Amino acid sequence: MASSSSTAAIVKAPPGELPVTTIRSTSGWLPPRLGELWHERQLLYFLAWRDVKVRYAQTVLGAVWTIFQPLALMLVFTLAFRRIGKVETEGVNYAVFCLAGLTFWMFFSRAVTQGSDSLVANAQLVTKTSCPRLLIPLASITGALVDFAVGLAFFFVFAAIYGYWPSWRIIFLVPSLVLGLTFLVGIVLLLAPLNVRYRDVRQALPFLVQIWLFLSPVAYPITSLGPRWSAIVALNPLVGVIESFRWSLLGTPPPTAVQLASAIVIGLLAFGVGLTTFARAERTIADLA
Amino acid sequence: MTDVVIRADELGKRYRIRHAGPSTTLTESTRAAFARLRRRPPKSDFWALRNVSFEVRSGEVLGVIGSNGAGKSTLLKLLARITEPTEGVAEVRGRVGSLLEVGTGFHPELTGRDNVFLNGAILGMKRAEISRKFEEIVDFSGVEAFIDVPVKRYSSGMQVRLAFAVAAFLEPEILLVDEVLSVGDHAFQEKSLDRIHEVTRSGRTVLFVSHNMASLLRLCSRGMLLEQGTTSFEGPIEATVERYLSRRLSVHAGGELLEDIAREGTGTLRFRRVSVSSANGLEPRAGEPVIFTLELKADHPVSARELNLSIGIETRSGDRLVTLWNRFDPTQTIRAGLIQDGTVVTCTVPELPLRPERYLLTLYLDDAGDLVDFVPHQIEFEVMPTDFFGTSLLPSATQGPVLVRQQWRLGSSLEVAQLPEVGHGTQRAIP
Repeated sequence: MASSSSTAAIVKAPPGELPVTTIRSTSGWLPPRLGELWHERQLLYFLAWRDVKVRYAQTVLGAVWTIFQPLALMLVFTLAFRRIGKVETEGVNYAVFCLAGLTFWMFFSRAVTQGSDSLVANAQLVTKTSCPRLLIPLASITGALVDFAVGLAFFFVFAAIYGYWPSWRIIFLVPSLVLGLTFLVGIVLLLAPLNVRYRDVRQALPFLVQIWLFLSPVAYPITSLGPRWSAIVALNPLVGVIESFRWSLLGTPPPTAVQLASAIVIGLLAFGVGLTTFARAERTIADLA
Repeated sequence: MTDVVIRADELGKRYRIRHAGPSTTLTESTRAAFARLRRRPPKSDFWALRNVSFEVRSGEVLGVIGSNGAGKSTLLKLLARITEPTEGVAEVRGRVGSLLEVGTGFHPELTGRDNVFLNGAILGMKRAEISRKFEEIVDFSGVEAFIDVPVKRYSSGMQVRLAFAVAAFLEPEILLVDEVLSVGDHAFQEKSLDRIHEVTRSGRTVLFVSHNMASLLRLCSRGMLLEQGTTSFEGPIEATVERYLSRRLSVHAGGELLEDIAREGTGTLRFRRVSVSSANGLEPRAGEPVIFTLELKADHPVSARELNLSIGIETRSGDRLVTLWNRFDPTQTIRAGLIQDGTVVTCTVPELPLRPERYLLTLYLDDAGDLVDFVPHQIEFEVMPTDFFGTSLLPSATQGPVLVRQQWRLGSSLEVAQLPEVGHGTQRAIP
């Protein structure tokens, strides 16, 4: 057995040099185990890669589906909001304006539904292995990011056809995405363990996300709502995210300070709460999954 | 002692059971939520494991024995850090690899190659390590020709072989293994057992859970017997196995099964009484007709939709020899119907081709796929000797347990090759 030589060396090392793990009951709030996550980053990659690969296995069109969905929605919205609703889009072509919002939205809705369901979908990993639980929802989000990249590439082509080329503002694409990810990761980490306990989450979520789409400035600019709604608008962190995302892509008006502050504060809050509740829930999740 | 690599001190794990069962759909949970407003569902505590203390030294192979529900798997889950103990402490020195299931994370849509990498990563191997061992893994599994085909096109045997092969090349300092050797055909099981044996000889510490006494005896040096969540015996593996076997409920004609023996299933029906007897109600005899009689207990009459009843006969080391199943009976008399308390099921075997020996029974009952009652190898019965061949000879213990009638001849090659036409009267005379 040639392969055992490497381990034999490890075994021969004095036992004192081996890592010692203490297994005991813990209670209360603990810091999330981020070191563990870094150590297992390869597994994160493998799980995300599996998600992407499996999604397009045995589909004829493969990744075309990723661009087809926002495209189809864009056509419907053009009809409903532009032709019938006469929405004004800051001087930008409606189709391009709408597709920019939908490109982000498709990513967000897919990541939030799949991420929240990830622990249940991977129950085997939870109950039969000790892999860091945090990896599972994060890998799910990472898989959705790959689709997002494809969707974004398609958006650039589509926008170019209509004569919209990236400006210097494109450098703010990454910060606005990070802003969206902060919030996204937070709610996924909050919902994923909850879904293990109450499967109601997986029933309610797709529906809520659909409502959320219409409450967010995806198919219309936030300015078209008028000042009366501004208080409610400020509570939706995605307003700031989508407005800054679209600003970086198309040069539409940037988000207001209130919208941006809301996105940052609520995003960080969700992130913090998600991470700490997850660290607390993950310890007993194997008993419920 | 410095070479202790696992030290468990008073480990315990408690589960809370809500009798209503977890509600997993919206309507169910809404209804449950309203019910909860009025009255908390009854909860009860169940200690899957309690006061378990032991030490394992470096290079030792500890066999963990116990009937179903004794806490073996819970113990492994605690040591593998899948779930936390409720009380107690364990200290583990070195990297732990756990093999609680083969093929965790295997995805049917991915190719064999993809799955090897994915599963390897899940088991804790680094990508470079998997690449290095890839050839060996594929070679061991014997599915080289299909390695780039999606796993869903594999036979279940091939899937399991590939999955085990990945696990077989896992090399942590401490390996936790739960009953995974019972996969694949016999030849592959032998190969897997050899592989685990090799691993143990290379100085790794192994905790091994199995129902198969033969493999426990072969692999382990020490044994620990768990009963109802606590350690009831610890010592050399031979003594532990002996102890375990002697604890089993021994049932002969008319034996009643206790309600609290290790069993699984919904329990709407329970096996209450089992007897194994000859046609005239005496002890079963080798090569003669045998009647298995199962009496069922039902708190309420159960209207069964599609009954599956099965009786397994095993050697005392747990190897399955025979499976009797109502579906194997061409007349298909037992299918569905109302089953009341005291209903008796019989299965008659015209000839029981087993050598005189003590055997174990496993009883199984499901209704349209829902497991109702399952009592794994806890009932013992003995087959009495007869002059089966009419030669006053019977196979010895090393010659295998199965009795097969046989005819031997001597003649020219052509005639020997001719099969005797049994049952059709005219047999060729030997010149």
